[in-house]
Amino acid sequence: MTSAVIREIVGRGIPLPGDDIDTDRIIPGRFLRSVTFEGLEAHVFEDDRQQNPNHPFNQQKYRGASLLIVGRNFGCGSSREHAPQALMRWGIRGLIGESFAEIFFANCTAIGIPCVTVSAEDARWLQEIVAAHPELELHLNLETMTVRAGARTIAAWMPEGVRRQFLEGTWNSTFVLLEAGEAIERTAARLPYLTGF
Amino acid sequence: MAETLLEKVWRLHTVRELPSGQTQLFIGVHLIHEVTSPQAFSMLRELGLKVRFPNRTFATIDHIVPTDSQARPFADELAEQMTVALMKNCRDFGITLFDLGSGRQGIVHVIGPELGLTQPGMTIACGDSHTSTHGAFGALAFGIGTSQVRDVLATQCLAMSKPKLRRVVVEGTLPRGVYAKDIILAIIRRLGVKGGVGYAYEYAGSTIEAMTMEERMTLCNMTIEGGARIGYVNPDRTTFEYLRGRPFAPQGEAFERAIQWWQQIASDPGAHYDDEAHFDASALQPMVTWGINPGQSVGVSEPIPNPEEVPEAERAAYWEALEFMSFKPGQLMLGTPIDVAFIGSCTNSRLSDLRVAAEVVRGRKVARGVRALVVPGSEAVARAAEAEGLHEIFQEAGFEWRKPGCSMCLGMNPDRLRGREICASSSNRNFKGRQGSPTGRTLLMSPAMVAAAAIAGEIVDVREMLR
Repeated sequence: MTSAVIREIVGRGIPLPGDDIDTDRIIPGRFLRSVTFEGLEAHVFEDDRQQNPNHPFNQQKYRGASLLIVGRNFGCGSSREHAPQALMRWGIRGLIGESFAEIFFANCTAIGIPCVTVSAEDARWLQEIVAAHPELELHLNLETMTVRAGARTIAAWMPEGVRRQFLEGTWNSTFVLLEAGEAIERTAARLPYLTGF
Repeated sequence: MAETLLEKVWRLHTVRELPSGQTQLFIGVHLIHEVTSPQAFSMLRELGLKVRFPNRTFATIDHIVPTDSQARPFADELAEQMTVALMKNCRDFGITLFDLGSGRQGIVHVIGPELGLTQPGMTIACGDSHTSTHGAFGALAFGIGTSQVRDVLATQCLAMSKPKLRRVVVEGTLPRGVYAKDIILAIIRRLGVKGGVGYAYEYAGSTIEAMTMEERMTLCNMTIEGGARIGYVNPDRTTFEYLRGRPFAPQGEAFERAIQWWQQIASDPGAHYDDEAHFDASALQPMVTWGINPGQSVGVSEPIPNPEEVPEAERAAYWEALEFMSFKPGQLMLGTPIDVAFIGSCTNSRLSDLRVAAEVVRGRKVARGVRALVVPGSEAVARAAEAEGLHEIFQEAGFEWRKPGCSMCLGMNPDRLRGREICASSSNRNFKGRQGSPTGRTLLMSPAMVAAAAIAGEIVDVREMLR
């Protein structure tokens, strides 16, 4: 069993300037009162959007965007997968930023959303060009590890192992982990705390 | 060759190296709660899979429980629905649930240790970022998302990359009125909220060695606020004595054998670290956050920094924080009026936290207009505190004595800030909107400082009240 191969994401961008944007802001805690992820897209950045009418997720011109362009340490704080789920259900298919918080990055990977890192200058440039030309089609290519916007192509980075998970369609880790078979029980059998020390 | 605890525990739990270069890591203890697990069970059902090791997953209910009346059904229908789902999932898949009224319910990171589930040398995962708390015992413990909860349920494993290791050395005696909470806030302030990304933190040094387990839990709890997913303390005599006799700890001769192994699992002298940072505990003062992330803090006598004097890359964030909080550069946090005082959360809701706060509160009254509440971390903590009469000290002063849960740390239950209220809080996050009101404001500090602020109606230096 495998998951879908993801080589390239082509789509319009949506810029979200600022650093250390935490998962409470992406999806406030009160919207986590549910046994499913359904409908989360309606509340993505809800409080920020209420307080800032010009928030990118309020702007008509970014509707339908699939690549979110962020700053440093995006997705810090709570481990809630509701955050990437809300973004994905809104339409985001990939993130481009200066850096990502670890649990958020892992959660995105687990649901097939690549987060790639670019330099601070390139992140700023991408945010500016998308703000000026929201109709511009961006190409995030995981084979070449580049982002192309118009005539310019910039370098992107992600850990090689994670990149391979997208290119080989193995990002749904359950299937990969199940392949270990009885090796899981053999590992358990050598743990002192499972065998009475 | 000299090895660290990280290396030893990682190797022991390695099932195999994955083609991606990650490690398939066996998870010794999996803790679940009602918020991040229901979707994982749904995925499991869709895939037609069972729980691989049902006796290695333990459940409790903490995030959405009301803390006034816990009678079922809950007034909040959504909360009730989540509770019913958790109970059904545990029943269907054969998982132990520490339910309300069982005597063992509480915040997941409080009950794991107090039941003795959390032990040195384990790998521990939970769909909650504050799982780093359990590192206090010398376990590798980290938060995961819901898809990874599914992975652990289905395989008892996770695909993980081994982090680098930073040794955080804290030396010296803590001054009176300064606590583990102040140390971790000072560490995050210096190393930054993203300084730990890619690292695990090993806490060491004379200050850490002298700490109780509850202090070590506070320290490790907020490791994630510094960007590191794992923080741990090497197990020692303090760890072993804490665990002795706990329900899920090994008993009798097995306990003595366990100690032998736990001692071996600690980092060896001369082991390699990728980085080191040093802190002097004796120079610390009570800390208070002024901003919208846990790195934006000052000592209680220090002014809020001027954004124009910080590195340019951080300037906009400083201004954004000041604007949201309605504070000014150069202002002192001392004297800041508060509306709410909250003592609770997986960071600071244990018996020792409540004792320290009660010592400040005893014989005094909560300031007029301040809403003050104490939410013990677990049913066991509540029981022990009540046996000592702590609840009466709080109630006589005008605090509400609530039932256990996560409560106002994240406002998923009815315990929320209203409007732009300012809350002195013993919790772990001061993010915008964190405590349930989109415009609510959080000041993080130790439980003693929260107690002092509740009495004074404003931020004060608790050291003055302890004299």
